[in-house]
Amino acid sequence: MTGLPGLPGLPGLPGRDDDPDRLYTVTRGRSRPPEHAFDLVTLIVSEQEPTPGMQSEHVRILQLCRTPTAVVEIAAELALPVSIVKILLGDLLEAHRITARHPRFAPTKARLPDLDTLKQVLHGLQQL
Amino acid sequence: MDSNSSDTHHGSPRGVAPLRSTAENGLKIVVVGGFGVGKTTLVGAVSEIRPLNTEETMTKAGEHVDDLSGIQDKRSTTVAFDFGRITLNDRNVLYLFGAPGQERFWFLWDRLFSGALGAVVLVDTRRLEESWYAIDRLEHHGTPFIVARNNFAEPEHTLQEVREALDLPDEVPLVDCDARDRESSKQVLIELVRYLYRLAGAEPAPATGAADRAGAADPARTPVPFPADFSAEFRLEESTP
Repeated sequence: MTGLPGLPGLPGLPGRDDDPDRLYTVTRGRSRPPEHAFDLVTLIVSEQEPTPGMQSEHVRILQLCRTPTAVVEIAAELALPVSIVKILLGDLLEAHRITARHPRFAPTKARLPDLDTLKQVLHGLQQL
Repeated sequence: MDSNSSDTHHGSPRGVAPLRSTAENGLKIVVVGGFGVGKTTLVGAVSEIRPLNTEETMTKAGEHVDDLSGIQDKRSTTVAFDFGRITLNDRNVLYLFGAPGQERFWFLWDRLFSGALGAVVLVDTRRLEESWYAIDRLEHHGTPFIVARNNFAEPEHTLQEVREALDLPDEVPLVDCDARDRESSKQVLIELVRYLYRLAGAEPAPATGAADRAGAADPARTPVPFPADFSAEFRLEESTP
């Protein structure tokens, strides 16, 4: 796993590190999310194994997402803010290294979920 | 940062159970409540993973909340939140978020929790006032919610008294729970889903009459929630795998 200069001890960091310099470095200064709108619960799946020389955060994402993993879980595992993770995921998506399974149900204000969704949630909860 | 939950962790080894490879659809329910009211406890009681903690940052100045230059700015805000998950079936996975109800959090509500099925407002009757703001904001955002009283001890008030103190409309369910108890927490979530059914004009237990009543849902009350053939779809419910 390759680390970037200025990212001491990034992998497996036990605590949060919100040093702005670090966040700037991780995203190489980019500040806007890409067009792909990742939701907190968009499920990410790796399509490739990491390659040598890849940014360490990208490596970790590809390793995590060998099975479907939600954006919010990736953020927790990497100990990075969600918005930063979305930028990293945008890189990987553009490079076709991951695919994204977006939530189907995204109601806007005053909308309600469809009954099929509710049924599945209810049945799932009842089986807990 | 208000990482206020001692029983959450982050940067964990990947010891948590991975999702099934067929998982394709993430769903969200948000548990809102003040500090120490038991959000993480409730999430943890039903979650298949130990609750995780993460955070989001934003600036208070305008739309471009991802502008990293703002992170160095005093006006930037970091909010931390917990989450857990429940695999519902091969395709659907439900994420439960424990969200602090304080004011600054609501700046991020739409960004983080748009598309949530609904919310549970977890209240501690010793500090009911902490819930007023959350209830007001949920109404503002149009997020359906129920209220659950987490009983730490023998309650001093009846639920009706709590309802009046919260100025809660009659139709909004108010239930008691013990957030430490898996079954009790599960029932809170089920109560929310049943309420969502009622809002959709349907009944959760599909008796013969249910589909008819669902089909008669007032379109003015539920603007665009269903496809035109939804009542037929609902009748198929029991035969759907």
